[in-house]
Amino acid sequence: MDEQYKTTVDAQAPVIEPGYTFGTVTEKISAIVLTRPASNGWFMGFGVAFMLTMMLLYAIGYLFLKGVGIWGVTIPVGWGFAIVNFVWWIGIGHAGTLISAILLLLRQSWRNSINRFAEAMTLFAVACAGIFPAIHVGRPWLAYWLFPYPSTMGVWPQFRSPLIWDVFAVSTYATISALFWFIGLIPDMATLRDRATHPIARIAYGMLSMGWRGSARHWHRYETAYLLLAGLATPLVLSVHTVVSFDFAVGIVPGWHTTIFPPYFVAGAIYSGFAMVLMLAIPIRKIYGLEDFITELHLQNAAKVMLATGLIVAYGYGIEAFMGWYSGDRYDAFTLWNRLHGPYAIPYWSLLICNIFIPQVLWIRKLRSSPVALFLVSGVILVGMWLERFIIVVVSLHRDFLTSSWGMYYPTRWDWMTYIGTIGMFLAAIFLFVRLLPMISIFEMRTLLPEAEVKGE
Amino acid sequence: MKRERMYGMMAEFDSATALVEAARRTHQAGYKKIDAYSPFPIEGLAEEIGFHHDEVPLVVLIGGIIGGCTGYLMQYWMSAVDYPLNIGGKPPHSWPAFIVITFEMTILFAGISAVFGMLALNGLPMPYHPVFNVPRFALASKDRFFLIVFSSDPKFDPAGTFDFLQGLEPRSISEVPS
Repeated sequence: MDEQYKTTVDAQAPVIEPGYTFGTVTEKISAIVLTRPASNGWFMGFGVAFMLTMMLLYAIGYLFLKGVGIWGVTIPVGWGFAIVNFVWWIGIGHAGTLISAILLLLRQSWRNSINRFAEAMTLFAVACAGIFPAIHVGRPWLAYWLFPYPSTMGVWPQFRSPLIWDVFAVSTYATISALFWFIGLIPDMATLRDRATHPIARIAYGMLSMGWRGSARHWHRYETAYLLLAGLATPLVLSVHTVVSFDFAVGIVPGWHTTIFPPYFVAGAIYSGFAMVLMLAIPIRKIYGLEDFITELHLQNAAKVMLATGLIVAYGYGIEAFMGWYSGDRYDAFTLWNRLHGPYAIPYWSLLICNIFIPQVLWIRKLRSSPVALFLVSGVILVGMWLERFIIVVVSLHRDFLTSSWGMYYPTRWDWMTYIGTIGMFLAAIFLFVRLLPMISIFEMRTLLPEAEVKGE
Repeated sequence: MKRERMYGMMAEFDSATALVEAARRTHQAGYKKIDAYSPFPIEGLAEEIGFHHDEVPLVVLIGGIIGGCTGYLMQYWMSAVDYPLNIGGKPPHSWPAFIVITFEMTILFAGISAVFGMLALNGLPMPYHPVFNVPRFALASKDRFFLIVFSSDPKFDPAGTFDFLQGLEPRSISEVPS
């Protein structure tokens, strides 16, 4: 056995359990798509997710009929759930790009077994995120005004506004994520094409594989393109949440106007994204028997990333509070007081508990290697990160400079239906993904096997 | 064995090591029009079959430069030339505000160039290719490694090439009909 494959008690868990060959890895991953029948559990899960998606369509349909007045948004809180959910979803997407691009550049080969579905998660999360600004603009049929196109009015977008930067950042991010995911799939599509028996499956996978045949010249260009794309996606993903944070930080509202926002938003994004990766990976590896490929090592590493980014987020909260006092600005100081003691104190304290206190249990090695504990902590973090965005958006806006313009924000049932509906849409897409595409990158798994090594003469 | 009806001669190997070794010996034997197929990327294999010029980085560089210029000039022209608007007293050409979109457009164009440039240079999509006519080639996407000598190679001669490939101790040898 190779050094990295030993499984003694003290050694790290392996990236892939020993005993696999090119053939068995291929067989095991492709069988989930090609031969395994869909279980009743899958149908039930997909059915629930699909119904929630229908609820989303209903909520959006009614919104189009009535207007944003059906939501809780009003003055002074003009950015309610829509922006909270937008930031939450786009943040979740960030972990996928981190895993697929940044860890590739850092030569973290353990990423090979989780990058495919983490990228899928990114794509679906960005799709969910994209819905919110589009339906929030008030007249969604005019949402295309965001893009610079030659209109009969002769005007152009206002390029000095972070909101238009965001349009470019998010649409670039969605495009690059989709391309990255797609080129990663090409060689695996060829594997499925060659292994599928159903004629429709053969044709579908054959078209998607673009006629890939694994030529050495093709692989060379492929790897160059993949590496360059990773190099491009790395600054891109950092820029996306930075630009999202500019939407707030460039404004003068107390609680928004701070320079800590970009790094703290990016860390928070990765924090929530890894939590979502774990919430998906833990049940999936169990249900599809993939514990040999998504091993304890992956769970432990993800837990460590969460711990680290969680501490950066905690530092961000600390600096926000410190600046509230140190700046000497009475409005900033009031924002801090209002968070701790104002009408939204319960969400703020819950946020501190979910994002800072509970995740500290990840210091304990035993809990880091327990799938159940990790699943629960990840759920807590996702709730916490949602609350963080709620605090930033709502609590900052509801009491700003003038007491005469203070107000309260209460989400309506339409807000909740839209939010929960996007979770349903996200899950429905994940359910379809695990049945239709190889959820682990087969060709990258092959490179992890000891037999992939070329021995010198 | 009619030469003009044949696309090439293909040998099948069991391991990446065997394929790299076979590719090196074939190339050294003077065969230049050859190709190797593997189920995953093998470092150094492309060099063994004489592939040295990867144009993908150049394509990406050009794409990125075009994207960046497009992004900046678009904003400049729209905000300062075609319809200058006074917003908060900022100058029409407020370049610091234009950096973000310039950056995003650079990444967007470079990324699109990387993917479509790679596909175009590889001649993909190409749903049909003569190598697919070899039934065992389906294993090239699973766990087997293949080496082909194209019939267009000047040194190619059905019997001689067969004997040469036989000397590489492959698992099997197939003719690839065109």
